Amino acid sequence: MIRIGVVTFPGSLDDRDAARAVRLAGGEPVRLWHRDTDLAGVEAIILPGGFSYGDYLRTGAIARFSPVMDSVISAAGRGVPVLGICNGFQILCESQLLPGALTRNNHLHFICRDQRLRIESDRTAWTAGYQPGAEIVIPVKNGEGRYVADPDTLARLDGDGLVVARYLGGNPNGSVADIAGITNPAGNVVGLMPHPEHAVEALTGPGTGGLGFFTSVLRRPVRA
Amino acid sequence: MPRVVVDVMLKPEILDPQGQAVQRALERLGFDRVMSVRQGKRFEIELAEPVGTGPGAADAAAELGRDMAAKLLANTVIEDFAVRIADDAGGTA
Repeated sequence: MIRIGVVTFPGSLDDRDAARAVRLAGGEPVRLWHRDTDLAGVEAIILPGGFSYGDYLRTGAIARFSPVMDSVISAAGRGVPVLGICNGFQILCESQLLPGALTRNNHLHFICRDQRLRIESDRTAWTAGYQPGAEIVIPVKNGEGRYVADPDTLARLDGDGLVVARYLGGNPNGSVADIAGITNPAGNVVGLMPHPEHAVEALTGPGTGGLGFFTSVLRRPVRA
Repeated sequence: MPRVVVDVMLKPEILDPQGQAVQRALERLGFDRVMSVRQGKRFEIELAEPVGTGPGAADAAAELGRDMAAKLLANTVIEDFAVRIADDAGGTA
């Protein structure tokens, strides 16, 4: 069974849901701790949502320098799939594994609702199982989810097909170009503001639209 | 001991909704001459001992401050920073 690491930072909230999503998708979740430097041979890594280190300084800024991140950054460089959800996306941007930054929502409110998204790319380890253009509904919940990047970066994201998902039916946080998620050119690192791990079974979410992120990665294992 | 002061501000082109909220609150309080408000952060870092001696010490401390700002205190994708050295009395060197 393919083993997928889920990192817990002090202040992570959604690590259990991420591990559960991995299990429902047919993988074996492996819990990793922020002080770990050994990734236990996992074949993919999830940085879950939450408020690591209390969001002190900037969201993700302190987590980026936790011991586990050195190993995650080096694994990402070797092509190991890494998915950052919400706070995980913020950590990936602070780590410069993904360009741009997540800033305070333009309306200043914390938003929590079911959100319609369009999957823009199936050329990533985490979205290979979706049809490009597929629409899914998964929860979004953030106070600092407004994606920003300079015009050159935005042009590159658009031109190279690196936007993974866009908000439909209303932009919840003021993200530029309705961007909800992006990937690196290799397609192994994906950051996503909304929460696919909260939409993996009908009983506890708005549907199962998020499950594809966790089943996609099971298709193309790379050992960390 | 030297104190390194680092001011961090969002870049001018980055929307600052917190600053806008403060501006609206000021207007509600009757401050009708407010054009705009931008909110930033200030770090005051006391060094355990002077970085070097003589006239170059302040420069060396400022260099240390710039290093700390670039690595951690500011995210230069969205923020600018300014570093200065203050003495014990609170003045600026």
